[in-house]
Amino acid sequence: LKVINCCVWDPSGEIFELKAELNSDKKEKKKEAVKKVIASMTVGKDVSALFPDVVNCMQTDNLELKKLVYLYLMNYAKSQPDMAIMAVNTFVKDCEDPNPLIRALAVRTMGCIRVDKITEYLCEPLRKCLKDEDPYVRKTAAVCVAKLHDINAQLVEDQGFLDTLKDLISDSNPMVVANAVAALSEIAESHPNSNLLDLNPQTINKLLTALNECTEWGQIFILDCLANYMPCDDRESQSICERVTPRLSHANSAVVLSAVKVLMKFMEMLPKDLDYYGTLLKKLAPPLVTLLSAEAELQYVALRNINLIVQKRPEILKHEMKVFFVKYNDPIYVKLEKLDIMIRLASQANIAQVLAELKEYATEVDVDFVRKAVRAIGRCAIKVEQSAERCVSTLLDLIQTKVNYVVQEAIVVIKDIFRKYPNKYESVIATLCENLDSLDEPEARAAMIWIVGEYAERIDNADELLESFLEGFHDESAQVQLQLLTAIVKLFLKKPTETQELVQQVLSLATQDSDNPDLRDRGYIYWRLLSTDPVAAKEVVLAEKPLISEETDLIEPTLLEELICHIGTLASVYHKPPSAFVEGSRGVQHKRLPARMGAGLGVAPAAMPASLGGAPAVGGGLGDLFDLGGGVGMPTGSYVAPKTVWLLAIKAKGLEISGTFARRGGIIQMDLSLTNKAMSVMTDFAVQFNRNSFGLAPAGPMQVLTPLSPNQTIDVSLPLSMSGPVMKMEPLNNLQVAVKNNIDVFYFSCQYPLSLLFVEDGRFYRQVFLATWKDIPNDSEAQFQIKDIHLNSDVASNKLQGSNIFTIAKRTVEGQDMLYQSIKLTNGIWVLAEMRIQTGNPNYTKTNGFRDCMQKQMYDSTSVVRFSSK
Amino acid sequence: MSRCHFLSRQERVLLQTPMSSHQVLICRNYKGDVDMSEIDHFFTLLMQQEEEGLVCPVMSHGNVHFLWIKHSNLYLVATTNKNSNASLVYAFLYKLVEVFTEYFKELEEESIQDNFVVVYELLDELMDFGFPQTTDSKILQEYITQKGNKLEVAKTKVPTTVTNAVSWRSEGIKYKKNEVFIDVIESINVLVNANGSVMSSDIVGSIKLKTMLSGMPELRLGLNDRMLFALTGRKNQTILHCLSDELMKRISPTNVKPLIWIESVIEKFSHSRVEIMVKAKGQFKKQSVANNVEIRVPVPSDADSPKFKTSTGHAKYVPEKNLVVWSIKSFPGGKEFLMRAHFGLPSVENHELEGRPPITVKFEIPYFTVSGIQVRYMKIIEKSGYQALPWVRYITQSGDYQLRTNS
Repeated sequence: LKVINCCVWDPSGEIFELKAELNSDKKEKKKEAVKKVIASMTVGKDVSALFPDVVNCMQTDNLELKKLVYLYLMNYAKSQPDMAIMAVNTFVKDCEDPNPLIRALAVRTMGCIRVDKITEYLCEPLRKCLKDEDPYVRKTAAVCVAKLHDINAQLVEDQGFLDTLKDLISDSNPMVVANAVAALSEIAESHPNSNLLDLNPQTINKLLTALNECTEWGQIFILDCLANYMPCDDRESQSICERVTPRLSHANSAVVLSAVKVLMKFMEMLPKDLDYYGTLLKKLAPPLVTLLSAEAELQYVALRNINLIVQKRPEILKHEMKVFFVKYNDPIYVKLEKLDIMIRLASQANIAQVLAELKEYATEVDVDFVRKAVRAIGRCAIKVEQSAERCVSTLLDLIQTKVNYVVQEAIVVIKDIFRKYPNKYESVIATLCENLDSLDEPEARAAMIWIVGEYAERIDNADELLESFLEGFHDESAQVQLQLLTAIVKLFLKKPTETQELVQQVLSLATQDSDNPDLRDRGYIYWRLLSTDPVAAKEVVLAEKPLISEETDLIEPTLLEELICHIGTLASVYHKPPSAFVEGSRGVQHKRLPARMGAGLGVAPAAMPASLGGAPAVGGGLGDLFDLGGGVGMPTGSYVAPKTVWLLAIKAKGLEISGTFARRGGIIQMDLSLTNKAMSVMTDFAVQFNRNSFGLAPAGPMQVLTPLSPNQTIDVSLPLSMSGPVMKMEPLNNLQVAVKNNIDVFYFSCQYPLSLLFVEDGRFYRQVFLATWKDIPNDSEAQFQIKDIHLNSDVASNKLQGSNIFTIAKRTVEGQDMLYQSIKLTNGIWVLAEMRIQTGNPNYTKTNGFRDCMQKQMYDSTSVVRFSSK
Repeated sequence: MSRCHFLSRQERVLLQTPMSSHQVLICRNYKGDVDMSEIDHFFTLLMQQEEEGLVCPVMSHGNVHFLWIKHSNLYLVATTNKNSNASLVYAFLYKLVEVFTEYFKELEEESIQDNFVVVYELLDELMDFGFPQTTDSKILQEYITQKGNKLEVAKTKVPTTVTNAVSWRSEGIKYKKNEVFIDVIESINVLVNANGSVMSSDIVGSIKLKTMLSGMPELRLGLNDRMLFALTGRKNQTILHCLSDELMKRISPTNVKPLIWIESVIEKFSHSRVEIMVKAKGQFKKQSVANNVEIRVPVPSDADSPKFKTSTGHAKYVPEKNLVVWSIKSFPGGKEFLMRAHFGLPSVENHELEGRPPITVKFEIPYFTVSGIQVRYMKIIEKSGYQALPWVRYITQSGDYQLRTNS
């Protein structure tokens, strides 16, 4: 150990000395020398030069020395792969040692030597150790399979180690079972589709038996593995839950959380009217509360998870509010999490207590905590309507303290309260205005300006107040500038006579003197609105705004479901899916909760396989899309493509599905033909969509009333809604569908024509068409040529109207007909188009501009959405 | 988890700029998928977060995540690049502290440097490829001993406890006198608001067993009916695994009166003095006595010249913690005591903002449980059929016991 304290490290001299000692005849001296080498290694010195000498010490009967040499090997084998071969012989020999400790040590170290060259020599010893008579060796060998798989997956598969590992699940020793499960789970993680852990009721039973007997860590491996199992029915689900519940009283927080994960997941399958369901809910509360008496870091993990559980099943902890009250000595990260959960649990019944607590926190010393506490009061007001008045008066009390950051936070949340309860608490505005000068944070200034603008007609000196901000306009942050612009425009529309000068001033500041494109854009829009049509301006700017709700900070349901499946892991701490922070996990299955029996599909598709069978695309090119190819005189109305085969019978055990999409009277429908090409009757049809770009989802269950007998075809029309979860697909109009029947679940993908999404009220305002058109940046524009179409402009215009593509204006320039058209998509995106038709030339040029004119809450944003065009 | 690091941190003053440097004392690489150099980012991140005042036990840099705990001057850091089980990692890190403390008495920088061979050996045995293995220090001590372990085939073998179905007990244990000591411990957590309303009060109870029983006995412990609901999921007759196995239970906080009630008046006269009056009342039955009661009352950091008057016990000023500690050796139930304290304040006001720490109370009440849990009978079943003596103790003690103050 003296080496550590050595002031001068003389490489050549020291190494030379060590070399001599390592080759000494005296065992004691040898051991001391290896210790010195390891000590140098520990402090980060390079002692790889001693590799051959250290390996020479490997053949020893001294266990401690052996361990040290092994340790050295693990560290340096990778940098000296050729030399590492020298060690192979000893490993092979040690794996046959009569002492199980040595056999296990050898097999454990072997796996840590990550050198490709020597792995194949290790297969035979490993095979023997997997069948060793001593469970200690077997459990070590089980882990070694996972190590080897990490280095050379192919080798492990070829050698059949995976099957041996699977057999170990039935081992008589619980520790071996636990380690085998852990190793298999680890391997399965890198092979999502391998079906390695094919869990069935028999293996589950074995795992549950081992669960009662192994160590706390083994229990965690088994519980985490159980959580991936999909029980066949609610009865099995209940029986697993019953056997897992005793783990909830374990002293190790990690065991408790893993048990909670299994229960939260399997509970999904239990019918809600079942007595056991209620019992289980009650049993979950005490262990969750007990987690809060663990160490701070474990408390933090627990709290992040409770945050998810409370969102998924608020009933579990609704009576436990008090345990989340903040303690003086809690670390800040625990305090902030507790606050969050307090708000989630706040209800009319406990709001008085919560508010009293929050007020207490708001007068503490820790600035971050105080800020969050003040915000929490605002969130309570928004969540529990009955408490709003109390919250506002609490906030006013806090403003009276004149503590700068408290005042600023209070103003920010009061703005939100106004947005939830408009025209209710304007009496407090006077108090707020008194604090105008002390606001130095952009968010607070912006909030105050918004309030002044919104209630301009009730504030006598609103113009003075806003003018005072205008002086330093260019020094303000963008947030404040935008808000100031909108507020002054509002003021002008409310009191036009005395504020003309002010509005001109702000418009010129925003449009002429600013580098910020958002600000300029908004400035121009207001300018044009005001100059062309003040009445319309009033309608737009002073429009009634949708109320905000507490739900805005809830986690999106599909993400929440996925996170519930990851309780206890990093994902649950970050509140992000693993794919967001683990490299190479894209394409890995997203975990889902099982579906409750009798609702929708019995077995929910875990995820759509990435490569779906080559389903033919529907509505390919533009020409097809607009159906310009058809003859004149066809009835107007949305074009419906003929049905194409989406699912081939050979891929779906005899079920053939063909279909198309249609828009009828504003309702989107999926027309399906189901054909039974198998020998037996098909029943119990159900359908589900994966997340898609526009949130398409079945509006109701698929109605196939009669069983489908062999060779029969049934036509079904499935109405679709746009309320499903949204995820951008590639291509954009791709839709992945799962269809279930009594035989299996089948997946296919199809593409729907975008015209399906064009809504009936897609006529853009004629007056602003041109201005908006000019405002569309170039990169949001696309041009297409449509060839070989023999229609004149009127007929084309008529046909297009049938698909909800509206012609706003038409002009003729130099023999060319120009049609100006607009389309509105179901999600509020506007598409503006210009179509040039050269009479006599069957080629059309169409220019599309995309513009998102979704009326946001405050008409804040008219940002352009970039969309891949189709 | 992929790696486990032990880091130390030294605060140095270099050219009047305080610098803090860190040193990796020991690092064990379990999986080889996180590079050794990644740990350098840990301290950068930590210092950044400390500056912002928002330290978090999980940090990430790129795709590497650091999960860490602090023990005296040591940082135990686990790194991973997968979606690891975070609660398992923290539970394991705390277990490491526990095991190393058992081995070295104190876990600190020196104990690691002086014992690095054993530390490596233990790290090797405690975890394999990121999976925690045997972490019970009693079992580990059977085959990883402090001194060099001479290898003799007959002597060194895997303790059966490592993999045995009964992993917590070796075979062939023999005691002269067969005894079982049962401690029923209940910790009371209380949070009282400044206006005297009880915000939360709950009990965390545990049953600790110290067994000195020969052979492989099965122990049955019968608890009274009131425990039925408290021991979640357990039957009335609970089979406890022997040898200091701990059983957690929890009782829902249904109106548990704070056992020692404190009323305080703290009057602060700026620039001159602070006057403190504390009244403590034992709200438990008269036959019981609370021992070693300590009532800690916060005082301003710039207070001086303390004067005390107590009706019982004695009060002491602890300036380094800004506390008055009023200790009462024995505090019978139903009694009420009073303490007055007087401090001077400097005429120049302290501008630093101070928090309002709560009054905290420590106590122990033997032979008493709030929940009323009782051990009704204990039965030992062993092949040889010996008789064992049970010794049962009940203790109620303060857990996190806080009463907020007004000033």
